[in-house]
Amino acid sequence: MNTRGLRSQLKDSVPVTGLCPQAGPYGVQDSLRRGFSSVKNELLPSHPLELSEKNFQLNQDKMNFNTLRNIQGLHAPLKLQMEYRAARQIQRLPFLPSSNLALDTLRGSDDTIGFEDFLNDPVQSEMMGDPHIMTEYKLGIL
Amino acid sequence: MATVSVCQYHPGGFSFENCKRNALLEADINKLGFSSPAARKTGTTICGVVYKDGVVLGADTRATEGMVVADKNCSKIHYISPNIYCCGAGTAADTEMTTQIISSNLELHSLSTGRLPRVATANRMLKQMLFRYQGYIGAALVLGGVDCNGPHLYSIYPHGSTDKLPYVTMGSGSLAAMAVFEDRYRPNMEEEEAKRLVRDAIAAGIFNDLGSGSNIDLCVISKGKVDYLRPHDVANKKGVRTGSYRYKHGTTGVLTKAVTPLSLEVVEENVQTMDTS
Repeated sequence: MNTRGLRSQLKDSVPVTGLCPQAGPYGVQDSLRRGFSSVKNELLPSHPLELSEKNFQLNQDKMNFNTLRNIQGLHAPLKLQMEYRAARQIQRLPFLPSSNLALDTLRGSDDTIGFEDFLNDPVQSEMMGDPHIMTEYKLGIL
Repeated sequence: MATVSVCQYHPGGFSFENCKRNALLEADINKLGFSSPAARKTGTTICGVVYKDGVVLGADTRATEGMVVADKNCSKIHYISPNIYCCGAGTAADTEMTTQIISSNLELHSLSTGRLPRVATANRMLKQMLFRYQGYIGAALVLGGVDCNGPHLYSIYPHGSTDKLPYVTMGSGSLAAMAVFEDRYRPNMEEEEAKRLVRDAIAAGIFNDLGSGSNIDLCVISKGKVDYLRPHDVANKKGVRTGSYRYKHGTTGVLTKAVTPLSLEVVEENVQTMDTS
């Protein structure tokens, strides 16, 4: 679990090969877990919107917390971030998709509908990780 | 043998996985001389006008796919809420899905607040979504409705800018329609006069722009009442054959045939593309 703030979670580039993009714990490519890598595929984003979409939720949260801090003082975003952290920990087993109901309610996205609700719904994804490997990875045994 | 055994979590929404592959395919296809299929656009004339008691929205009904008419009678005036309707120009799928998403969001919002939704809310939601996608969603919209503050009319561009005006036009036929508006608009018109003005503006777009055609749809929104007139005016009726051209029984068959080919040479070739946006 990343203990630092929102800023460090921003993905400000598509990972570059050779500069520890798919680095495992030993600093080399983690082919077992993340597959083969190629320079061409990873050097540039394939679409101008790709990066902004990847970071969209994070940027929205940052903006909202900043506004809240300016209006109500530092305690408001701090309390809310604590609640977000707690809600994010309510997950199902590592290989099953979670509904994130508590997180949705906190964010207020349980009464809005967007592209992420009917396009590429993770509940209907056709790929699933191998349960044993996923659990070992989560527990750090792998 | 290495396999991808740990699946990363994808949050849903748009997936950009195929962009590189598509760019490669596009380059290859162009080298061979073919062209990739074009998205269906609604090369269009849409317009709206504010009159004394409300708003009149008008649209033509032709949908084009490149140089071909894909749909002779498509509906371009979309429902957003019982008191708000939206005309859409640009890529047909984009306008359709955008207006449906905003309609759902407005419904949830109005259930949450317990009030009739306002046009400004729909406008704000649309512009924030279109700006988020930086113009890649090609939807140019004319949004009109009547709420507790009176009648409102907005025009929304694909990149997310909006204008609040008493009369607006959008689409490839917008210049023709705007010419009619600039000539004959005056504030606080009566309903019949406003309907005639919008009908004439759309007709100007239909007859002077190749991307617009077929019929004229009208939507009159006033406080508590919506008149969705589809079609309001069938400006382009398909012709009726005046006689029967079938041969009668017993007509003499062909006995001999002599063909003399004429050799012609191409002197000049001229290609003009029309702007269907």
